[in-house]
Amino acid sequence: MSTPATSKRPFALMAEFRSSKELLHAIREARGAGYTQLEAYTPYPIEEIWEELGHHRSWLPLVVLIGGIFGACFGFFMQYWVSVINYPMNVGGRPLNSWVAFIPVTFETTILFAAGAAVLGMFALNKLPMPYHPVFNVERFALASRDRYFLAIARWDPKYDRQATEEFLHRLAPQEVSEVAS
Amino acid sequence: MKSSEGFQTSAVKPSQPPIVAPGHSPGSVTDQITAVVLSETPRWWWVAFGFSFLLVMVLLRALTKLLFEGTGIWGLNIPVGWGFAIINFVWWIGIGHAGTLISAILLLVRQEWRTSINRFAEAMTLFAVACAGIFPLIHVGRPWLAYWLLPYPNTMDLWPQFRSPLVWDVFAVSTYATVSLLFWYVGLIPDMATLRDRAQGQFAKIAYGFLSMGWRGSATHWHNYETAYLLLAGLATPLVVSVHTVVSFDFAVAQLPGWHATIFPPYFVAGAIFAGFAMVITLAVPLRSLFGLKDFITTRHLQNMGKILLATGLIVAYGYLVEIFMAWYSGNWFEQFMILNRIQGPYQKQWMALLLCNVLVPQLLWFRRVRSSPILLFLVAMFVNVGMWLERFVIVVTSLHRDFLPSSWGMYSGTVWDWATFVGTIGLFLALLFLFIRFLPIISIFEMRTIVPKQATDTTEETAQ
Repeated sequence: MSTPATSKRPFALMAEFRSSKELLHAIREARGAGYTQLEAYTPYPIEEIWEELGHHRSWLPLVVLIGGIFGACFGFFMQYWVSVINYPMNVGGRPLNSWVAFIPVTFETTILFAAGAAVLGMFALNKLPMPYHPVFNVERFALASRDRYFLAIARWDPKYDRQATEEFLHRLAPQEVSEVAS
Repeated sequence: MKSSEGFQTSAVKPSQPPIVAPGHSPGSVTDQITAVVLSETPRWWWVAFGFSFLLVMVLLRALTKLLFEGTGIWGLNIPVGWGFAIINFVWWIGIGHAGTLISAILLLVRQEWRTSINRFAEAMTLFAVACAGIFPLIHVGRPWLAYWLLPYPNTMDLWPQFRSPLVWDVFAVSTYATVSLLFWYVGLIPDMATLRDRAQGQFAKIAYGFLSMGWRGSATHWHNYETAYLLLAGLATPLVVSVHTVVSFDFAVAQLPGWHATIFPPYFVAGAIFAGFAMVITLAVPLRSLFGLKDFITTRHLQNMGKILLATGLIVAYGYLVEIFMAWYSGNWFEQFMILNRIQGPYQKQWMALLLCNVLVPQLLWFRRVRSSPILLFLVAMFVNVGMWLERFVIVVTSLHRDFLPSSWGMYSGTVWDWATFVGTIGLFLALLFLFIRFLPIISIFEMRTIVPKQATDTTEETAQ
């Protein structure tokens, strides 16, 4: 375990763990000790961790629903406007608003806009793209995309204290505790 | 890097091979899959890519000729006004169906084995759709005006005919291409981050870093990511079914005997999955050997893909039967003539070959020995690839060449430029695929990490550095 270098305004303190179990244990301990501004980094999605961190739901499904509804309205009324208002054409007395024939395109635009909303919404909620982020200053953080698990306690956590928090993290038997320079 | 700890396969039935070979941990799967991308370019890659690139040149040659001289260089004429362009379009689009099926539908029904094949199946989908897209564009005669297919305000005050399946097709195929691309790219983001963190070269670090958008793998990231991925899968599932349905409407809405059939949408969708899985097998069998990925694409995958090939093949065979039955049952002269002409007419050989490739040969897949033998499976898949092309040929050409009026009957065959364009798109497909396997991870690394701990005991997670 190395002693973290001190910087004037660190971003967070970060502990590295070797398994998801250790990380889960650490999150429970940290929450128990009253820390609230926690973030965990894992090499693959672990739903339990999201719940342990005290988060509940994502806005994304609502964003996608709105995207889909918009796509459906846009697709249908584009065809309606073209066929009934802008360029009405009487073909053998058939109705101008032949809505049944408009369904395939309406369906496709629904999917297109909903899928677009899912992807763009995910980027927005995750604040991506973000080329720079302080956690990348920790050298061993590169292993977060391989097989290591990290827990960060942010500086703006009300309970954050440079010394006490570091000692607390050390007690959780991590591989290493580092200070994240901002 | 493999763990020395024991590995338990108790979750898997003893008779079934595992999804991932024993002894892997999140670290070892990461290393092995990223090594494919980050190591030196193997010599065979240059040979394979060079060959495909030559075929791309053939495509460019054929397209240049087409741009200068027009569609007259093809074998198209009346009565067969739809030839290779539509045959190849439907063939490629069909192949493009397996990717999304594997990624989306098998994800929703929790088929974990999909994990090691979904990435390259999705890439295959994209490239197949790209090849498919070429044909309608060049088939319009004046490709530089192909944007007229889209609705946009213009000085001519003209709009597409929204009641036509051909316009539906524009929307279906472009939506499918867009959503497949999004799905593929979203799936790649965490793996780009892995490559960014493991790349040695400065350029690779920047390129993968740029593509990963600053992915950190935080709990918030993953939660939104998983939600988005699941929603995309849910959206892509009806989409994939709709695409070939709309393609089949191009035929089924016409009043031509041989096209005007209600069985077409389900029969086309089944055919598309059939063709797509055949292509996935065609690619998976050599890839797993060349890159030493037999630990991840195991016999289990081959067996399962063989089973899907058999099942969809039977649906396709049912489609053929229904076509014949309906021709008889309709009591319609022209329908009956069309079927008899298909069976006994001048295109009898193509029809027989089609039955051999799509109905008879796939029956070998009833045998487990065939399903678990990579070489036999590959051969069956090659038969299906050819058979599905013949199926589209038979549907398009035999229906058109002898219609209601015997005075307007005729014969059709592709010219050398038809063949050059077709072979050229195969080259384009392969060239794109070789670029993909060189620069991007062909197996989803983070999803492999997800399934490894579930299979392994807890101790394998604690891999030594």
